[in-house]
Amino acid sequence: MKKQKFKVDKHILTPKHIKLGEREKAQLLEKYHVTSKELPKILKTDASIKDMDVKIGDIIKIMRKSETAGESAFYRAVSDV
Amino acid sequence: MADIISEYEDMLPPKIIEGIRNNIPKGISDTKLKKIMEAVHLEYKNARVTPGEAVGLIAAESIGEPGTQMTLNTFHFAGVAEMNVTLGLPRIIEILDGRKELDNPMMEIYLKKPYASGKNINDLKNLALQIKETKLRDIATEFTINIADFTIDVKLDREKMKALELTNGKVIDAISKQIKGHNIKDNKESLTLKARSKEDTFNDAYKTKEKIKAVTIKGIKGVSQVLPVKREDEFIIITAGSNLADVLQLEEVDAYRTTTNNIFEIEQVLGIEAARQAIINEIFKVIESQGLNVDVRHIMLVADTMCVSGTLKGITRYGVVSEKSSVLARASFETPIKHIINAALVGEVDNLNSVVENVMVNQPVPIGTGLPSLTVKPAKEKEK
Repeated sequence: MKKQKFKVDKHILTPKHIKLGEREKAQLLEKYHVTSKELPKILKTDASIKDMDVKIGDIIKIMRKSETAGESAFYRAVSDV
Repeated sequence: MADIISEYEDMLPPKIIEGIRNNIPKGISDTKLKKIMEAVHLEYKNARVTPGEAVGLIAAESIGEPGTQMTLNTFHFAGVAEMNVTLGLPRIIEILDGRKELDNPMMEIYLKKPYASGKNINDLKNLALQIKETKLRDIATEFTINIADFTIDVKLDREKMKALELTNGKVIDAISKQIKGHNIKDNKESLTLKARSKEDTFNDAYKTKEKIKAVTIKGIKGVSQVLPVKREDEFIIITAGSNLADVLQLEEVDAYRTTTNNIFEIEQVLGIEAARQAIINEIFKVIESQGLNVDVRHIMLVADTMCVSGTLKGITRYGVVSEKSSVLARASFETPIKHIINAALVGEVDNLNSVVENVMVNQPVPIGTGLPSLTVKPAKEKEK
């Protein structure tokens, strides 16, 4: 059987993952009064951000499709454990 | 007009904004619209969960109570043909425990155009057969060890091989890829395996014999049954046994809609966020199929809890409970003595920051009105 390339971000279960820039990151941490260590985590090796250029401590904005709100933003900090 | 609505885009969820856009009468005046938006915003703010609300407790009650009704009609298998499906409470427990090995792993494989329409049933059947795993034991009639020189003879079933479009060459290829260090001779009706190393004993030969029985000759590893079914307007293939990573690679498969009920696999292949969505979908499916009604928000909270740490954690003493920082909270769940002894050994400190430990020491819990407390903010030294 022939093979095809599979892109994780196009799957119906995977929401959009966006890496925040330095300025947006600072604004977010300021808004919620948190440090990036206190945010929910996402592994650096996670399938959905594997191909992105991320380092530990970066923040990933996730645009979840929500049944109740339509779309909602969720934030995860990249971590290695 | 659009400006007034879009002003609220940061303050209201997109779904509500869309609802307003679709429902306001045409030619509404700006002042009226503004009043509407203000009223909606106020209602929205009032409907939000207040700080300190014990949402986890409410979620637990809201899932637990319908769960008691589920227990009665549990362990029933809803048969899709002869395929087993875990439903009801056992399935909920399976998901929440974050189990890696499911009782009945299943995939729903969506197909691309020519196959999905089902116009050519034979094509669909063939595709299904290609996905189904064929092991050597399925196409062989006999495995024998020749004691004289420790070779293994595998007698092949020509008819079965013909039906699966297999040739001896393909079988030999598949075996040599998965079992190393053996020379395979083709005798048409049978195959003979001989180990390359000379120090082979009868024991080794026996082990190899058992091993080659389970060698995958064709199809996708782990898929034990396939069943093409019609769902709405298209044909999909339901499988028993799950191997998402390999199925998504197939050209005929619509990889972007194909899913499995094994959440761990989804986490591996699609990431933690997809796993969260899969947990919600799977739990909701069970609750719905039992005719019960639980708000998705409770399920979302549970799914979020299982996924905060970046990897999937079950609601067990090895999963989310082990992540708690308080010894007393961990001890109050399961195996208390183990936790207390370990904490004593390493000199753990409990700051009594959360609920259970405060209940244990008879103090107000930090929930609702118990949450706010006074802190002193020391004045900064004036810079000179």
